[in-house]
Amino acid sequence: MYRYDQYDQSIVDARVEDFRDQVARRMSGAMSEDEFKPLRLMNGLYLQLHAYMLRVAIPYGTLDGRQMRMLGHIARKYDRGYGHFTTRQNLQFNWIELKDTPDILAELATVEMHAIQTSGNCIRNISSDQYAGAAADEATDPRPWAELLRQWSSFHPEFTYLPRKFKIAVIASDDDRAAMRLHDIGLQIVRNEAGEIGFKVYVGGGMGRTPMVGPLIRDFVSTADFLSYMEACLRVYNRYGRRDNIYKARIKILVHEIGADEYRRQVEEEFLHVKTLGLDPPAGEFERIAAFFAPPAWDRGLSDELDLSDPDFKLWVDQNVAAHKQPGYAIATISLKPIGGIPGDASAEQMELMADLAERYSFDELRVTHAQNIVLPHVRKADLYALWQALAGAGLGTANLDLISDIIACPGLDYCSLANARSIPLAQKIAERFASLDRQRDLGELKLKISGCINACGHHHAGHIGILGVDRKGTENYQLLLGGSGAEDASLGRITGPGFDEDGVVDAIERTVEKYRTVRLSGERFLDTYRRVGFEPFKEAIYG
Amino acid sequence: MKIATGNDLATGDVLWWDGEGWTRHVEDAVDVGETGTSLIAREEAARRVNVPYIIDAEMTDHGPRPAHIKDRIRARGPTVRLDLNRTPIDPATGSWVI
Repeated sequence: MYRYDQYDQSIVDARVEDFRDQVARRMSGAMSEDEFKPLRLMNGLYLQLHAYMLRVAIPYGTLDGRQMRMLGHIARKYDRGYGHFTTRQNLQFNWIELKDTPDILAELATVEMHAIQTSGNCIRNISSDQYAGAAADEATDPRPWAELLRQWSSFHPEFTYLPRKFKIAVIASDDDRAAMRLHDIGLQIVRNEAGEIGFKVYVGGGMGRTPMVGPLIRDFVSTADFLSYMEACLRVYNRYGRRDNIYKARIKILVHEIGADEYRRQVEEEFLHVKTLGLDPPAGEFERIAAFFAPPAWDRGLSDELDLSDPDFKLWVDQNVAAHKQPGYAIATISLKPIGGIPGDASAEQMELMADLAERYSFDELRVTHAQNIVLPHVRKADLYALWQALAGAGLGTANLDLISDIIACPGLDYCSLANARSIPLAQKIAERFASLDRQRDLGELKLKISGCINACGHHHAGHIGILGVDRKGTENYQLLLGGSGAEDASLGRITGPGFDEDGVVDAIERTVEKYRTVRLSGERFLDTYRRVGFEPFKEAIYG
Repeated sequence: MKIATGNDLATGDVLWWDGEGWTRHVEDAVDVGETGTSLIAREEAARRVNVPYIIDAEMTDHGPRPAHIKDRIRARGPTVRLDLNRTPIDPATGSWVI
């Protein structure tokens, strides 16, 4: 994985000292909150319901054992012993004190981490496929390109004050595990007929109050033109994106209002100009970055045989282990969704254990997924049983990947100052209602996603079943949506009708999945059945 | 009744105006009546508290109870981590908040 050079390190170290001075001035009263707020947000520090919240960037969701161990250390020393992995592959600490923040950032900098651009109207953390570098179906490892984007977008002077925040995802497989088309820019690395790699560029996707699936803007951008094309996409947005209305400021609104064809025309025009500026890096610079992502020293000639005689282990392998491109290896997902637990939360001890296990079994690599789980990408099949035993002993062995209890949930009204309703208790109730693993496996892949407000951090638009929490005259109310997908078959969920209280929505989900069971054809997922039979039979089942 | 709330500058802790200063206990909050706006302006200018604001509350046998669930959760802590609540493992917390 990428390692800082002297420039990276000095930039991050300098930012820590800048912020230390800014915090001191705020603490002394020399600076007002209005003056301080944009400065703290640029360093990932929010003020939430109970305390300050620090969002730490995990570039494209990749980290190593010492970094995960540092997150556990910070959780224990400065927070309340845990952290929350987010749908943007980052980590949030919920109980941070302002006075500690410079020291926390200084500790993070010692392991090449920071919180820069995890807030504000700038290009945020680049997200990617958690199976990058391990998936058999990828055109190439997308992470060197994500890293190039990270370097290009960090402190980009022209894009520090965009009309609104900006999110980019990069994948390199036909299977989309990163909700790519629901980003401001979604990039899929593909190979053309000549075998050259390039980028399919989708622009104008997103969730929030106006969800959109991003349209295709260019079907192939060569690697030699990549950054110039990105620059052109951002420049058109920066110039014409709306700044008069925060609710219409995202690029999806611009692309929708002027149309994909006109946006494309403007980008192509701008690209011709940008291309004359020599922005694209020399091949040697990209090769320098790509070298950090060279495949680990896999053992050759390993057996693919696996002893599955332990039935609980077999369940975990069936559900949480994916095929690896290297014979004898596998990709293991650690579920952060124990039944009744808080989706995405991990204790300091669990973080330290995951760090240890990554070092022992996965070439010192971990990935954070947008579904709030952790991946060990390169595990020898012969080590899977020992890995599973260690995980199970720490509450990390739940075999529910992509099942109904593998719920994405935002922090909701339990923590978030923007939320209208709580998400976590609802996730817990649903998981408990469907706790039987036999029942979950019978229902098959079923992605359930909960947001506590219209900002959609819990990706409710993209859930096969989505839930949106709203405030109805001071009371929590939950709208149900059906038919969304954040995968390669991206679609937006449709609201079923009047909302429910907390218990009512759990019952409505029960009726929904029972309807699915009665009408599904062999091999159909919930989403497949919904798309085949349509909305009405489910609506009728829900409301009677 | 009207009560004033905000967050502590240094820690971010939820604070309530008790008539003389800021407390972490909503039970000690007092009715600021018509003086709320001037109180907020004064405290914000003094930079002793972050983003103070006035909310509606009702007086109960156990002290003021904020009218909106968001401020009740602020007063007690996350409903999903009772161990972290201001009144740890209080069986009454659930009904008080919801």
